[in-house]
Amino acid sequence: MEHAITLLFRSIFVDNMIFAYFLGMCSYLAVSKNVKTSFMLGIAVTFVLIITLPINYLLDAYVLKAGAIAEGVDLSYLSFILFIAVIAAIVQVVEMFVEKFSPSLYASLGIFLPLIAVNCAIMGCALFMQQRTGMAETDPKSLNNIVDVIFYALGSGIGWMLSIVGLAAIREKMEYNQVPQALRGLGITFITVGLMAMAFLCFSGLKI
Amino acid sequence: MAEIKENAFLGPLNKNNPVAVQVLGICSALAVTAELKPALIMGLSVTIIVALSNVVISLIRKTIPTSVRIIVQLVVVAALVTVVSEVLKAFVYDVSVQLSVYIGLIITNCILMGRLEAFAMQNKPWESFLDGLGNGCGYAMVLIIVAIFRELLGSGSLMGYRVIPESWYVDNGGCYMNNGMMMMPSMALILVACVIWVHRSFNKDLQDK
Repeated sequence: MEHAITLLFRSIFVDNMIFAYFLGMCSYLAVSKNVKTSFMLGIAVTFVLIITLPINYLLDAYVLKAGAIAEGVDLSYLSFILFIAVIAAIVQVVEMFVEKFSPSLYASLGIFLPLIAVNCAIMGCALFMQQRTGMAETDPKSLNNIVDVIFYALGSGIGWMLSIVGLAAIREKMEYNQVPQALRGLGITFITVGLMAMAFLCFSGLKI
Repeated sequence: MAEIKENAFLGPLNKNNPVAVQVLGICSALAVTAELKPALIMGLSVTIIVALSNVVISLIRKTIPTSVRIIVQLVVVAALVTVVSEVLKAFVYDVSVQLSVYIGLIITNCILMGRLEAFAMQNKPWESFLDGLGNGCGYAMVLIIVAIFRELLGSGSLMGYRVIPESWYVDNGGCYMNNGMMMMPSMALILVACVIWVHRSFNKDLQDK
């Protein structure tokens, strides 16, 4: 349990999906214009992560790994296709589910839900999970069982949400600033994210 | 017709650059640029995958039902990425270790989905091929520019070869020091911002009001 909690905090602050690995950057830059929608997207990403990552973990552990399905069968070269299929399918199911049971949430999430399927943060998380399950058990980054995986998914999702809400808040304020003409919009946003990433570097010394 | 072809290839190199203008494929553009070699290989792999997947999708565009098109596109892309990843593992193993998950992440690279949706679903195979090639090259170009600056200033070498002589360094009695900040992920963001800044200063019509 202690290991799982460590993983949670590590994945929020130290291994932040945006600032350490640049995953999910496209929607991060496109959607972060106001705090409310970015918060919604953050919740949706966290939700999809918590569902898809454990499924992909089970798939990896019981089907894909060398010798998992039968002696001498290594299906790991299929992992890209299977992971993305699981993610796309789950996103579709979640979309239908939300539409049926909470039309108001569906309306406010709008086009973001289907777009999550191609959010690199989700796929990236699945691929990091595959890397980390192979690590030694004592390594603070290793994922040893399904509880670890769920906490890792939760942490990555929250970390992503934290950074998108932060950027959205800064961009809302920046509307009124005098920015050089050629830097307006995309340019200054990149610089802002760069500075935020530098700030997050401080967390890398965190001993947890 | 000739104009479409020319725009499909040359547009993405400048006025319609996938990274600087369309804001596609940022994730990997930032993560693999600490050194020139992985950036080159990444650019090349993305170019090949975009061009081929554009052709495949364009060939079957009339038979794909619109409701499942995203999954069909993802499967085509994932198959191509798997092939490229196995080839890299076989021939340049050290680089494929360095690129780690980012090769797999080409699947969710927005350049692919963006170009498939916006171009290959409506156009003939040959134009789609040119469009894919152009977008891949435009992407590779930004990657290479950023990687050159990061590797040169961050470790004083290019493609692994030393450019700044050892004797210049403080340790050996000189007065030069590597800028460690360049190896940090945050500098990649700021360098991309500089690329965008320069690009937009030359193309005034791209500037935000």
